[in-house]
Amino acid sequence: MRRTDVLVIGAGPAGITAATAAAEHGRKVIVLDDNPAAGGQIWRGDTVETKDSSKHAEDAPRRKALERLRLSGAEVLPGRSVFSVDASGSLQAIRENTSGSQVEEFLFEKLILATGARERFLPFPGWTLPGVFGAGGLQALVRGGYRIAGKRVVVAGTGPLLLAVAAHLVEDGAYVSAVVEQASLAQLAPFAVSMWSNPGKLLQGAGYRAKLWKSAYRIGCWVVEASASPDGLRSVKLTDGTSTWTEHCDLLACGYHLVPNTEIASLLGCAFRGPFVQVDSDQRTSVPNVFCAGEPTGIAGLEAALVQGEIAGLACAGRDVASLQKRAAAERSFGERLEKAFALREELRAVPREDTLVCRCEDVRLGSLRGHTSWTDAKLQTRCGMGPCQGRICGPAVEHLLGWKPISVRQPLFPVPLQAFGSDAGQTEITESTEITEITERTELQEKR
Amino acid sequence: MPEHLSVTINDVPVCVARGTTVAAAMLLAEQPSRFSVGGEPRSALCGMGICFECRAMVNGVPHRRTCQIVCEPDMTVATNP
Amino acid sequence: MKPFDILVVGAGIVGSAVARECALLGWRVGVIEGAVPAGGATAAGMGHVVVMDDSPAQLALTAFSRSLWQAESEKLPHSVEYESRGTLWVAADDEEMAEVHSKQATYTRAGVKAEVLNAGGLAKAEPNLRHGLAGALLVPGDGVVYPPAAAGFYLSEARRLGAELFLNRAVSASHGRVILNDGVTLSSERIVLAVGAECDLLPSMPIQKRKGHLIITDRYPGFLHHQLVELGYLKSAHTLIEDSVAFNIQPRQTGQLLIGSSRQYGNEDSAVDAEILRRMMDRAREYMPGLEKLSALRVWTGFRAATDDKLPLIGPAAELADDPSLWLAAGFEGLGITNAPGAARLLVDGMLDRKSEIDAKPFLPARLMEPARLAHA
Repeated sequence: MRRTDVLVIGAGPAGITAATAAAEHGRKVIVLDDNPAAGGQIWRGDTVETKDSSKHAEDAPRRKALERLRLSGAEVLPGRSVFSVDASGSLQAIRENTSGSQVEEFLFEKLILATGARERFLPFPGWTLPGVFGAGGLQALVRGGYRIAGKRVVVAGTGPLLLAVAAHLVEDGAYVSAVVEQASLAQLAPFAVSMWSNPGKLLQGAGYRAKLWKSAYRIGCWVVEASASPDGLRSVKLTDGTSTWTEHCDLLACGYHLVPNTEIASLLGCAFRGPFVQVDSDQRTSVPNVFCAGEPTGIAGLEAALVQGEIAGLACAGRDVASLQKRAAAERSFGERLEKAFALREELRAVPREDTLVCRCEDVRLGSLRGHTSWTDAKLQTRCGMGPCQGRICGPAVEHLLGWKPISVRQPLFPVPLQAFGSDAGQTEITESTEITEITERTELQEKR
Repeated sequence: MPEHLSVTINDVPVCVARGTTVAAAMLLAEQPSRFSVGGEPRSALCGMGICFECRAMVNGVPHRRTCQIVCEPDMTVATNP
Repeated sequence: MKPFDILVVGAGIVGSAVARECALLGWRVGVIEGAVPAGGATAAGMGHVVVMDDSPAQLALTAFSRSLWQAESEKLPHSVEYESRGTLWVAADDEEMAEVHSKQATYTRAGVKAEVLNAGGLAKAEPNLRHGLAGALLVPGDGVVYPPAAAGFYLSEARRLGAELFLNRAVSASHGRVILNDGVTLSSERIVLAVGAECDLLPSMPIQKRKGHLIITDRYPGFLHHQLVELGYLKSAHTLIEDSVAFNIQPRQTGQLLIGSSRQYGNEDSAVDAEILRRMMDRAREYMPGLEKLSALRVWTGFRAATDDKLPLIGPAAELADDPSLWLAAGFEGLGITNAPGAARLLVDGMLDRKSEIDAKPFLPARLMEPARLAHA
């Protein structure tokens, strides 16, 4: 059992700045993340050492932030999945390693939820074929050592993530034959125009586009089907609503923007505004001593996560945050424009066929889901959502296709070994992690070479 | 140059760069992590520990999320039973 | 709206079974469900079809109802996942082994096949049980089902035969009239309350909630073959005041394991109780140490409906409620799944004044009336 002043869940950009701010102002801070290393999604580091670690545009700001976090004295514990929490100030996480697993309990005064977002997956015929990944999903796997140099990739779906992913894949040696964005020009144009007031973002976008000069960028188009031969993925059928054509590829990276990870907030009883956690200007939720920063409060990208995290960390340390409010507000309105720009078109509902799988954990087809009256009814009668992902993948798809809101977030938030419930769970000593130090040391070494 | 190490995937030795996740290794070896309820071969989808498609047997323990596990020397990996 | 021959309030497994039984008679049936059909106790419980000998009446009812399950098992859709797994009542020591022998005699006298296994036989039947257990009683005819699909099957059969489903909450149900929350009034000669542990429609219904916890694991085909119940389960089911846990584990067709059980009296909070879970897990580990490493996907709670004498209420509520139209199919405690088809049959027998295959008297609601009212009758 560990006690801390501030417990931060999530070591992505928001969690990193939150922990840094709180620790720099004297608070004892522990950060938990379920990935093998800190960084979250957009700042996901390569787990494999590479010669050329500065090739990605985000690397310099990321390295600086991680270094500042390290110097702040905050303690980062990666590989921990939070599965249980209660508002009275205790939280349980499971740490799995190759020999087994350990339950760790944390007592906190203040909790900062920086749990980020996950990709929204919308089913289409062939989406379960090998070679089909999420957009952020493929990027994460490449960061984890999946080498794709020379492979022909189609990047599809919706959201600013697509350009970023495509640019990174090109940097990793893949040939991105097409980037296919479902949003129409009419939807995107106001957003693009508004970027003039955000020069940083404009430059970032331009930077991505420059990398993708060899790729076709198709707006107002979407995937209708993926097909494979016995050797692997062959092609993807695309449409613009009028004509349909086939694009040959080895890999398809397809994701439909992001949905917030709000399970812990839900469990704690935080108030929501729509799908997002409601927070005040200090990033406080409706539950005392619980803060939330970044994507769970509204999908608004990296800069929003950074400033919100800093606000939450400073607020936890009792510091004044007024100077950051203007930036936070600007990023929030960017997020609102993002939502409008990348709203899902109606035609996507007609893409899956009746025999297309919707729930991948339990292999439930769209046809089986129809005729039920609610998420719970469908779940009980078809098993949709009863698998280990607990509806995180199929839930947003079902909501989009059938209009049912998935409900009942329950503990455990992630599957845990049964021993986590028994008497001798949580008896192990927790040693301070050195992973974060390793990453910074490795990159320092590379810079010297 | 990154160090390499050897793991066994479905009884076949595979050489990977140090730091490679088990999910990435299975993709490189073109081995599915699991077979679905309906018998389809599946591999990692989300890459971030949420979809559970990357579940495989690691050192004899089934249902491990391989995108969250980094390869270790002499690790035994198999498609989820 | 034309009057119904019968209105069933509650589309759980009991209500759905009653609806089907009545639809088969050609009656005009209305089923009223305010939440998700089969989403209450039916969804929360273990689908164990089991002969229980805690009283002669319960033994008769569960044996009868189980025979109805067995007779129908071939016809049930795959989604119901009916399997004749058999139950093993596990004895930890010689004292419990003596109970096993006397239990076997009881079952045999009732015509229910039951076989004693010694320590070796038990180990062979279930290799993942720990060494050192004394033996068990095997009841091979017991089964395992997935209750929401079974209830769904009964309900869809009823509707196929003309029953109407109203997805509304019943605001009141008495004297031949059920008023729904949208203001619609339905009328019928008979109203059946099959509403689990919720008593708002008839506050005098003598039912208390008994909270239970269950854990379901990921898939581990072959880990467990039979449903295992520790002999202490019966003691646990009988305590009136204390919170108790008893080892009870079920193999599902998917290869998942369903682990229980717990009983709490007087607790209406549906939140998972970490302390109860801990006791349940510790108890389970005592029987199957290998369970520890298995992955748990979900934990949930549910409420059984219990009566003072542990027997359900099947029959007219007339004297309890001074209402000749009102009937009850309620208070099944942990045997709602097992007893659903049998209770439906007994209830309809009662309505038709038809002789039942077993003695229906022990289940008549009137038995739980206060003595003072009996004196006035």
